[in-house]
Amino acid sequence: MAKRGDVVIDIEKCKGCEVCVSACPQEVLALAPEVNKKGYHYAVKVNSDCTGCTNCAIVCPDAVITVYREK
Amino acid sequence: MSENLITPENLVYQKTEAMTDRILHYCPGCGHGTAHRILAEVIEEMGIQEQTIGVAPVGCSVLAYYYFNVDMQEAAHGRAPAVATGIKRVFPDKYVFTYQGDGDLAAIGTAETIHAINRGENILIVFINNGIYGMTGGQMAPTTLQGMKSSTSPFGRDTKTMGSPLKITELIAQLPGAYFVTRQAVHKPANVRKAKKAIKKAMEYQKLNKGTCFVEIVSNCPSNWKMTPVQSNKWMEENMFPFYPLGDIKVPEDK
Repeated sequence: MAKRGDVVIDIEKCKGCEVCVSACPQEVLALAPEVNKKGYHYAVKVNSDCTGCTNCAIVCPDAVITVYREK
Repeated sequence: MSENLITPENLVYQKTEAMTDRILHYCPGCGHGTAHRILAEVIEEMGIQEQTIGVAPVGCSVLAYYYFNVDMQEAAHGRAPAVATGIKRVFPDKYVFTYQGDGDLAAIGTAETIHAINRGENILIVFINNGIYGMTGGQMAPTTLQGMKSSTSPFGRDTKTMGSPLKITELIAQLPGAYFVTRQAVHKPANVRKAKKAIKKAMEYQKLNKGTCFVEIVSNCPSNWKMTPVQSNKWMEENMFPFYPLGDIKVPEDK
């Protein structure tokens, strides 16, 4: 079974570019309907299928994603 | 379920300490941020943060010195390889890199780029090619593709009157001073990993004093291409990559 993972997103730094959304193989991420202080729809986790593959974090231009994976 | 995973021992990825905590001024989805980050990650992984000196260009990445947590020097427009030459000759044991865009490296800085590489200066040149002058409002750059619209070629680049796009990377690969020349991209996870490996290789080659390492990163410019970041990455795959194919262009022969 795939390992479980989790992501923490720094929503105030996120610019809502959506690159992470298309990079996620598990479709865990989506843009929130709400906006952050700068007015961007930030990325949020929409389900718990994350495997901690780090794909979202390594394509994030603003380095806002921190990834955890169970050992 | 998710709370118990967020513990220090489960941490697999976080922002590198070789980058500062400043919020990047780049537009959403711009490849500059990713390119900065992988270069900073290489510096952190090699443990050379104290021995690295970067040279910032003029262009969108003019404020690169705010983001890299290493010693940085700003250069006049296009002159980063010349400034890096001076730094490397005074501090031959330091790791010196320049970070330049296509307007900086392939237009105003062509002479400095070609001559620094022809002299085989032991520096790393990171070249971000998005085919446009980003900061000044999307004017045509030497690297703008044939038929590509920009604010100074609103009907598309006509090669009869505006010349052909300049493949500066292939050009400099001919020079004997170039040791390692490669072209990469940072729009997909696999490409980011490959680009990071290329930068790491280039940084390691700098120890050997064999010549200039040159890493081109084909990137996007969502704002000036007037697309969303995801669309611009797709456009880049369909239009930029056929003309600027990814891969190693010159690899060390003695390896």
